[in-house]
Amino acid sequence: MSEGARQIEDLIALMARLPGLGPRSARRAVLHLIKKRAAVMIPLAESLAEVAREARECLTCGNIGTDEVCAICSDPKRANGLICVVEDVADLWAMERGRAFGGRYHVLGGTLSALDDIGPEDLRIPRLVERVTQDGVEEVILALNATVDGQTTAHYIAGELAPMARAGQVKITSLAQGVPIGGELDYLDDGTITAALSARKSF
Amino acid sequence: MEWQAEGVLLAARRHGETAAILEIFTAEQGRFVGVLRGGASRKMAAHLQVGTQLQATWRARLSDHMGVFTIEPLQARAAPAMADPMQLAGLNAVCALLSFALPERNAHPALYARSIALLDGLGADHWLDAYVQWEMAVLAELGFGLDLSHCARTGVSQDLAYVSPRTGRAVARDAAGEWADRLLPLPRFLQGVGPADREDHIAGLRLTGHFLAHHLAPSLGDRPLPSARARLVDMLNRQG
Repeated sequence: MSEGARQIEDLIALMARLPGLGPRSARRAVLHLIKKRAAVMIPLAESLAEVAREARECLTCGNIGTDEVCAICSDPKRANGLICVVEDVADLWAMERGRAFGGRYHVLGGTLSALDDIGPEDLRIPRLVERVTQDGVEEVILALNATVDGQTTAHYIAGELAPMARAGQVKITSLAQGVPIGGELDYLDDGTITAALSARKSF
Repeated sequence: MEWQAEGVLLAARRHGETAAILEIFTAEQGRFVGVLRGGASRKMAAHLQVGTQLQATWRARLSDHMGVFTIEPLQARAAPAMADPMQLAGLNAVCALLSFALPERNAHPALYARSIALLDGLGADHWLDAYVQWEMAVLAELGFGLDLSHCARTGVSQDLAYVSPRTGRAVARDAAGEWADRLLPLPRFLQGVGPADREDHIAGLRLTGHFLAHHLAPSLGDRPLPSARARLVDMLNRQG
């Protein structure tokens, strides 16, 4: 194999590691990049190099940005007294897509997991408690996944914040659980129906 | 090779982009591990929470292969438990401890029946009594049973107040003497006497925790006990 062919094979092997791509689709993507060298490949390479150089975690919330404090944390229009706790940056981006939340975020970086032996010390929970204590936060919204690990983490955080909640310094809330938009009851699992029924509201 | 059985899901790990590796505990097959194709899909996520009761079919070309599961969910246990932190901690602890302690592919029908009864009763009155007694059953099933029938020193069966941390045998209050502070307190509800309170549950979990950590765990390669159990104990301690 020539040196050039080896480099292309290396690129294909790297691309195949990306989520959603296998060896065949990586090969197609690399071929497309080579064919569109000026329009796609070079800008992509430059953009990748720049992001690799600049991307960092926000020191305040754990979001990914290019500054020490992310755009959300430094936005003066956002409510200071409201923190939405999410598991991962992908969840933060999902919340932002909805444009329904105008407060700040806190990214935990995972959830407690018995299976993977992830404990509270592996997450950004102490930093959250510090923020709530120091920043005069009025409400913490636990927007964690409706999974066993997600809800175990939510209960743990609620326990950590309980002394402040009992003292009336902060309110702890969580996202509602129930029927998704466009969901048909016939196709829902019994756990979701149970959660929706117990969280029913006046109509 | 193929079998079909009803079982409880102990763990589900993502495997690649589309599959999951499941640990299922059944009466006939014991703790069994296999691949579920499509197990990483959103459609399956609600069913692949620990504690879910499943109808499972396992297939493999040879018996020592990991094999492939197909499943049909029968009963969700995670969703009803999610609203209650203690109940959720109990569910996590039961599944994590079974996953930790049971050898693969060894049938434990009695322990299976007891585990299902406990999981179905999570959140009911006195479920923590049942939880501590279930941990004693896990120890007994795996060869580390405690002997609480009579005092190891005097042979009497009344006023048993301690357990030897070394032998797992009961010791009467009068027989403990100066050794009392080195023995593990035996809560009365484990002898079938009276209702248990929070202190009894803590004492019971301390007792079973000692034998799980110092007798069972070393026999399994000295891995630490699952953190899910520690969280249940911690939550109980915080309730004071």
